[in-house]
Amino acid sequence: MNERYSRQELFRPIGKEGQATISAKHVLIVGAGALGTGNAEALVRAGIGKLTIIDRDYVEWSNLQRQQLYSEEDAKARLPKAVAAKQRLVQVNSEVEMEAVVGDANVEELERLATEARPDVIIDATDNFETRMIINDISCKYGIPWIYGACVGSYGISYAFLPGKTPCLHCLLETVPIGGLTCDTAGIISPAVQMVVAYQVTEALKLLVGDEASLRGKLVSFDLWNNQYASIRVDQVKKDDCPSCGGNPTYPYLSYEMQTKTAVLCGRNSVQIRPAGKREYDLAKLAELFSDQGFSVDSNPYLVSVSLPSHRLVIFRDGRALVHGTKDIQEAKAIYHRYLG
Amino acid sequence: MKLIINGEAIDVPERIRTVADLLEHFQLNKKIAIVEVNACILQKEQYATATLNSGDRVEIVHFVGGG
Ligand SMILES: [Zn+2]
Repeated sequence: MNERYSRQELFRPIGKEGQATISAKHVLIVGAGALGTGNAEALVRAGIGKLTIIDRDYVEWSNLQRQQLYSEEDAKARLPKAVAAKQRLVQVNSEVEMEAVVGDANVEELERLATEARPDVIIDATDNFETRMIINDISCKYGIPWIYGACVGSYGISYAFLPGKTPCLHCLLETVPIGGLTCDTAGIISPAVQMVVAYQVTEALKLLVGDEASLRGKLVSFDLWNNQYASIRVDQVKKDDCPSCGGNPTYPYLSYEMQTKTAVLCGRNSVQIRPAGKREYDLAKLAELFSDQGFSVDSNPYLVSVSLPSHRLVIFRDGRALVHGTKDIQEAKAIYHRYLG
Repeated sequence: MKLIINGEAIDVPERIRTVADLLEHFQLNKKIAIVEVNACILQKEQYATATLNSGDRVEIVHFVGGG
């Protein structure tokens, strides 16, 4: 008899029945940074049936202070976060089926993940509103609940969006916040992460066991350092003519343009470049090409890292690249095209 | 003026008359926030004209992006 979930089964709102239900559920976590690793560990320990986690980045030393699944070894090896996360999660609970995706959470990829093996809940662990608006449209289109979470400094915020019941993120925001709001220079302390994770995981568990009556139903925020807490019932903000969740939805954030996409990464002095169309690089060959030109090259099975005179260029197999050492999109694009065409 | 902000009684300076003033005072005017006054959510267009009275219960939640 497996005792692994005995304490969770003793918790009445879950019980043996709830545990059986949880073990058949599939959760998609978008992002494997601070919130993503926290949510993933909690849900895998709780015994969900399947976890899918997607992330475009690799582990760095500055992650270790709060991204709980990663070790110094992962940072040294520059392992993709999705890969490193899965390695640790399998050690934590080998009973959970796991899919780790190294890639950009773009429209195409998220729509594939939402339809191929339909998740019961989507957890937002991204660091930008562009991706959140895509998640929001996916949620509305396919009727999958998603749980917003974000934090900066000692402040955090969360809300569970239920398609057809609550307002959606588009209703709440009207416009996508840009710039300063997402790229925070205020830093972050790990308890703020853990608090948001606690809100997200708890709402996820309620949804997974089907206890919707217990959902908080409010937008909640807190500041742990300044000892503040606020919550607002936002039901009345739902808009009948919302382009994402209204009567005639157009899902504006799912309209896909075939063009090179760029994104400045939060607090990283780095730009991500995703080329138009699909590419598939032979990384070993690519590494050789760069070292033949006299550049110092580091690589692992997932990426190649090249030290250029004033920047560092990290290239993934799918053609995505991170240009470190600049926040200037034009400069980053120029570097990308100079070396990768 | 005394307001109940996020559950706490706070004395705000006299110059604060509207919700817009209050958001500026807390340096939230450039952020996207949801503001509730006495259990009623305000539209953004109302911030500049919605006057506050002593004893009003104000809840402010602002959006952040990090994760
Ligand atoms: Zn909506």
